[in-house]
Amino acid sequence: MAAAAFATASRPLRAASTFFFRRQALAVYLLLVPPLLWFGTVYLGSLFALLAQSFYAIDEFTATVVPRLTLKTYAQLLTQPANLDIVLRTSEMAIAVTIAAAVVAFPIANYMARYARGRMKAFFYVAVMLPMWTSYLVKVYAWRLILAKEGILSWCLGALGLDGALAALLRAPGIGGPSLSSSYLGMFIVFVYMWLPYMILPVAAALERVPANLLSASADLGARPSQTFWRVMLPLAMPGVAAGSIFTFSLTLGDYIIPSVVGAPGYFIGMMVYQQQGTAGNIPLAAAFSVVPIVLIGIYLALARRAGAFDAL
Amino acid sequence: MTAAIEFHDVRRAFGTIVAVDGVSFAIEPGEFFSMLGPSGSGKTTCLRLIAGFELPDGGQVRLDGIDVSATPPYERNVNTVFQDYALFPHMSVLDNVTYGLRVRRVAAPECRRRGEEMLALVKLADAGARRPAQLSGGQKQRVALARALVNQPKVLLLDEPLGALDLKLREEMQLELRGLQRRLGITFVYVTHDQGEALSMSDRVVVFNRGRIEQLGSPQAIYAQPRTAFVAGFVGAANVIDGRYAVRGEHIGVAPAGSPAPEGAVRIEGTIVDTQYQGAVRRWQVRTDDDQLITATRPEGEANTLHREPGARVALSWARAHQIPLAAD
Amino acid sequence: MRSSRDWEAPSAGARFAAWAGIAFLHVPVAIIVLYAFTTEDRSYDFPPPGLTLRWFALAFERSDIWAAMRLSIGVASLATAAALVLGTLAAFALARSRIRGKNALTLLFVLPIALPGIITGIALLAAMKLVGVEPSFWTIVAGHATFCMVIVYNNVVARLRRLPQSWIEASMDLGADSWQTFRRIVLPQVATALLAGGMLAFALSFDEIIVTIFTSGHQQTLPIWFFNELFRPRDRPITNVVAVLVIAVTLVPILLAYYLTRPATERD
Repeated sequence: MAAAAFATASRPLRAASTFFFRRQALAVYLLLVPPLLWFGTVYLGSLFALLAQSFYAIDEFTATVVPRLTLKTYAQLLTQPANLDIVLRTSEMAIAVTIAAAVVAFPIANYMARYARGRMKAFFYVAVMLPMWTSYLVKVYAWRLILAKEGILSWCLGALGLDGALAALLRAPGIGGPSLSSSYLGMFIVFVYMWLPYMILPVAAALERVPANLLSASADLGARPSQTFWRVMLPLAMPGVAAGSIFTFSLTLGDYIIPSVVGAPGYFIGMMVYQQQGTAGNIPLAAAFSVVPIVLIGIYLALARRAGAFDAL
Repeated sequence: MTAAIEFHDVRRAFGTIVAVDGVSFAIEPGEFFSMLGPSGSGKTTCLRLIAGFELPDGGQVRLDGIDVSATPPYERNVNTVFQDYALFPHMSVLDNVTYGLRVRRVAAPECRRRGEEMLALVKLADAGARRPAQLSGGQKQRVALARALVNQPKVLLLDEPLGALDLKLREEMQLELRGLQRRLGITFVYVTHDQGEALSMSDRVVVFNRGRIEQLGSPQAIYAQPRTAFVAGFVGAANVIDGRYAVRGEHIGVAPAGSPAPEGAVRIEGTIVDTQYQGAVRRWQVRTDDDQLITATRPEGEANTLHREPGARVALSWARAHQIPLAAD
Repeated sequence: MRSSRDWEAPSAGARFAAWAGIAFLHVPVAIIVLYAFTTEDRSYDFPPPGLTLRWFALAFERSDIWAAMRLSIGVASLATAAALVLGTLAAFALARSRIRGKNALTLLFVLPIALPGIITGIALLAAMKLVGVEPSFWTIVAGHATFCMVIVYNNVVARLRRLPQSWIEASMDLGADSWQTFRRIVLPQVATALLAGGMLAFALSFDEIIVTIFTSGHQQTLPIWFFNELFRPRDRPITNVVAVLVIAVTLVPILLAYYLTRPATERD
């Protein structure tokens, strides 16, 4: 009866539909062919090429890449103190930026997730997303204007009579420099600014999922607001913080624009990659350097997974 | 006459979980047939196997005598009312109802006529232009019903359709569904975990547990002659004594401890764990001296002179005729 | 139940911190807009000595800016088109299927945004060197399509996962085959997610620099033009104007994308 009841049953599209209905796994694999072909060749292929290049070395006399597998480049990377300094400096900056971003993001995320309602909530989400998607370069450029010696920040501090404090801060070893726009402190501020939305959104998502009655329960059981915060809110927000920190950590590790536009003389991993492949023409060393953040991020992801970061992604 | 639906040793597994484990049964045309069981018992998977959302891993599903074990849902003359109604939010109520006709390329005026007819049948004649989001739960339920019935299916599948409604509306809809089924004369297959619903509406009931059929029969047979301890416990919460036979709570008398047993009756003593007032009846929960928990249900007001407080001793008794022997599990 | 306990209402401090954070996020963008109108053309003096529209007129006459803009729009359009096809296919394949290796594939498809852009960039360059491909318009598009695809994939997968399976089953139950179900039920539900994904992918590609530098050779997209300008501050006022233009070009698709995917609770 089934076949007779439907005149459309013989149409080829329907026949194909039925064919794939019976073989749903086949349909899935067929759908995956184009994206996997693309991804497999272009992206994964490139990553393997990168890995391969890092096991080549440059001939010091002819300055050409010798396509023979060797550990020479990694040895160069790991034994020269200057290179290790770069790795250390970049990692320190990434960790500092991650912590600062979490601290600054929390009150914003907390407010938009728990207090803002309706239109106000929508406003907050747009207000966080817009700067996140606004042109990366333009934002970096804006900070160059703000941090410049004659720029807006100096002017503001001057107007407040705090220019002495700024000068003292810039004299501090390790973070200072001739002006904010050429100091580690300035770079740190720019990094925190750039990646802040990537921290706010996952933390807000995690806090949105904390039922309000959980906090009522805590208060009901006699916890002071500060106790509720430390014992209930923060542990529940941690997966969001971990998820956000993956972005802040990874983005800081790989960035080379910010250290070259706003920054101190010390090199960062990204700058080294950029410079080695460019002016130095040493692709193997650039490749080896870019493997460092992959390894660091791998370690970081393993730690974040333990903290439950992927549940909040 | 060919059965409307037949299962022959049907098996369906999801990974290592066997949802339906070698099930065979037949549903007669025009029958109101309920599939009863706890969640995870396999009743919903059986419904989905009839609809075609799942295909069997082994065995055969037949509709009207034809093997449909590899037939997609859109080529089965069967329609479903979903638990969450599954109304399409981007279409008006009328467009929802006529969806089945439109995808089969029935002419627009005919679609409209039949759709409006169906909406009138479920008493929603004026709701055609509205969106599903503007309807109450009960109204959505009726639209889902109209959307399925407009295709004139031979079998209507209902997946816990009343689960989301409140008690009063649910009882109303039960009556209405039963009336509709009699009027249209089509086969209804009704999945529920509510034994009261299954017993009151159905011609026959099948009880599922862990992917297998425990018992299949009329509501009276299921209630009065549970075949297994599971059925006795799940349908009407009978007492299972020594794992060998079942006794319904309403057949157990309560008397002061030490009073003689009535003739031809089984008598057992124990202490009261608790008693609960339930309106017309009172539930007595008694732990016997051999440590079985037995529940007796007596009309409220009877045995008023008894001590009811927990810890008090009482005697329970029932006629041997009320002992229902059980098959071993 | 919502009570009026003191921690339920935001304290003045919490309110201030939240608004200060939002201000921190927006002030730099506002300042860029302000500087586009300053009459000062040599330094970043604040406050600006005066305001003018002169730089906009000058910028519009610059053919190098227009060429860079055209290249960026071309790259973004093609990369978005490729990303829409590839990302949608991947999303449909992985949203609900139970195939083996699904978790690995899901991870693979988000790798280009989980790893820093510089790795994608240097990897593409390393591959180009190995295979002997010269940088061109097409190598830029290939690089952009890779991460744009992730954006589309994420948007569509999120929407598909929210699409109740019972709607698809109901459609097939009522006699619609897979194609009819796709056209009448699935497509209307994911169309906005597709559009939003496309918008975001376009905005991302239009603005991308980190990967582009490695794959572009001598081609100048607008961000590369802008980047070079940062170290050659001859035309500071023009740079400011271009910054405002870039903000304007990316703002529209981003706002639209938000509007198309906003949660139901934020709708009136």
